[in-house]
Amino acid sequence: MEDAFVFAVLTANATVRVATPLILCAMAGLFSERSGIIDIGLEGKMLGAAFIAASVAAVTGSVWLALAAGVALAVCLALLHGFACITHNGNHVVSGVAINILVSGLTVVLGIAWFQRGGQTPGVGPEARFMPLELPLASALADVPLLGTLYSGFLSGHNLLVYTAFFAVFATWWVIYRTRFGLRLRAVGENPHAVDTAGISVAWLRYRAVMICGLLTGIAGTYLAIAQNAGFVRDMSAGQGYIALAAMIFGKWRPVPALGACLMFGLLDAVAIRLQGVVVPGLGEVPVQLIQALPYILTVVLLAGFIGKAVAPKAIGVPYVKEA
Amino acid sequence: MNTDSRSLPRWIDIGLIPVINIALALIVSGLIITVIGEDPLVAVTVMVKGALGYQEGIGYTLYYATNFIFTGLAVAVAFHAGLFNIGGEGQAYMGGLGVGLVMLGFDAALPIALLLPLGLLASAIFGAAWAAVPAYLQAYRGSHIVITTIMFNFIAAALMVYLMVNVLIQPGQMSPQSREFSMSGHLPFMHEALAWIGIPFARSPLNVSIVWALLCCLGLGAYIWRTRWGYELRAVGHNERAAVYAGVNPRRVIVVTMCISGGLAGFVGLNEVMGVHHRLLLDFTAGYGFTGIAVSLMGRNHPIGVVLASLLFGVLYQGGAELAFEVPAITREMVVTIQGLVILFSGALAYMTAPWVERVYHAVKPRRAPAASEA
Repeated sequence: MEDAFVFAVLTANATVRVATPLILCAMAGLFSERSGIIDIGLEGKMLGAAFIAASVAAVTGSVWLALAAGVALAVCLALLHGFACITHNGNHVVSGVAINILVSGLTVVLGIAWFQRGGQTPGVGPEARFMPLELPLASALADVPLLGTLYSGFLSGHNLLVYTAFFAVFATWWVIYRTRFGLRLRAVGENPHAVDTAGISVAWLRYRAVMICGLLTGIAGTYLAIAQNAGFVRDMSAGQGYIALAAMIFGKWRPVPALGACLMFGLLDAVAIRLQGVVVPGLGEVPVQLIQALPYILTVVLLAGFIGKAVAPKAIGVPYVKEA
Repeated sequence: MNTDSRSLPRWIDIGLIPVINIALALIVSGLIITVIGEDPLVAVTVMVKGALGYQEGIGYTLYYATNFIFTGLAVAVAFHAGLFNIGGEGQAYMGGLGVGLVMLGFDAALPIALLLPLGLLASAIFGAAWAAVPAYLQAYRGSHIVITTIMFNFIAAALMVYLMVNVLIQPGQMSPQSREFSMSGHLPFMHEALAWIGIPFARSPLNVSIVWALLCCLGLGAYIWRTRWGYELRAVGHNERAAVYAGVNPRRVIVVTMCISGGLAGFVGLNEVMGVHHRLLLDFTAGYGFTGIAVSLMGRNHPIGVVLASLLFGVLYQGGAELAFEVPAITREMVVTIQGLVILFSGALAYMTAPWVERVYHAVKPRRAPAASEA
């Protein structure tokens, strides 16, 4: 019993670590897409932020400068996306693909030019990383059965950005559903003409949405580089931006269900390694690749309308051209 | 999508603006090279020499171009129907799987004369099948094709890893590769084919699939602009609702178009698996599916444009490899960067420059117009 409980806590911790960048990116995508801007470029923004954050951390040794640089770069990329999609009515998907490909190339080119380490940045020490925080009384309560283990083993001991990610879900929910900005944001994603008629600038609303998207992907990239890892490795985002996109769709463009999807995908990832070679009764050995592909398969099945219906914001991907 | 360039003559719209966009992409690339402390002009010289300066280089350039023609056409045909096929990568992977399975199954029993058409068919069918599911889901279940094709890329990658590691791996070997096909499962290399007719040519991975790529261009051009199905395809692309009133069934058009698109992407597998590696292996698609997006945008979704853009990207790839060798500070990823910039400027920001070009054009035109009326 005690063993099973410890195992569950360990798995939960692993899940949270894997899910953190997914949660941040899913919330980022949610802001963008709720305003009507498709964002395939979560991956690229996160990767770019990871690279800059790792570089700044390696050079200056400051986590806060690294975070600021990561966020700044991701916001710049988001503004580029906005410039293409909002100002020039470009195709949202094309713009997102461009950003992803550009960043995946440029991070390696600049990485090699700056650090001569085959595209990696120099490793950073603990002083230049977001290290686990211990919540008050965690060590004192560690010996209390169950609740103490839960508190000190699971709730405590994550880094600041993990807590930020969970706070971001609450903040997203509050902004989207409880503020005037959120109401307008949802409206502009469904019917920009109505918003325009009400005398509100469609472009400015959408620009603010993509900037928030940049902010959150920037935090996600920083997490990858100097919280989860200790430096940048080429293509280190490894498709997580796309999984986050899938999770956001899986959550039907709503913050709390998207969080659930991120945690589920994170759990799949955390148990994939443990399940390698395990024989499931009736199914035989489950290939680890199947578990890794499950988030994508489940998203396709969901989109096909076999698990409820995922309806995108109505005006998503449609350029808004003001009537003359 | 665009209303800005309506007042411009056609040659500016389809000739000048794309050239300006590519020039912008190359200028930004040059700036990046300057930032990392190298001379962009030297880089261009090394690239062009490496890609076109000697026979082997030309062979490699055309070999890369073959892949880009296939994936570029795949993206282009989908664009004409208003669909964005971002899944060329997965479809190419599956196409290769199809060829590989046929070769592994029959290379001992059948001659090349039968294996070639079988391989062709298998790559097309596997690629098409991998595109057909997202197409069906878009047409009949209303799920967005961009998202599903992305998901299918990842599913294809996972499936291939599983098959290569657990099923198709050559026994007694560590790296996940199948056994090599016997000689009858090899497509003739171009240097071999040219030697038969007495033309000496340096060895390179270039093989006869480039001929098939060019035939595909002709075939696709004829299909889009010279057949009833092509008309239906363009009708759906322009205005799906209007197409319905014209008696077109958009659902069928979506599925058929995506099958053609997936089949074309699948031919990358023919070039790579049957033409070059002669065995099944991992990651032979190497991002060609994504390059197809840049190629198609740059070539304005027209087969001739796709061929030209493919040649340019062939030069970039082969020249980029040479450049990485000659100038160690510039790596192969520079080509990926240029590719991203091309997609950005010729795709997402395609009409950014149109208002300026228009202003310049109208500033110049009035001086000409009276002269024309006097004459």
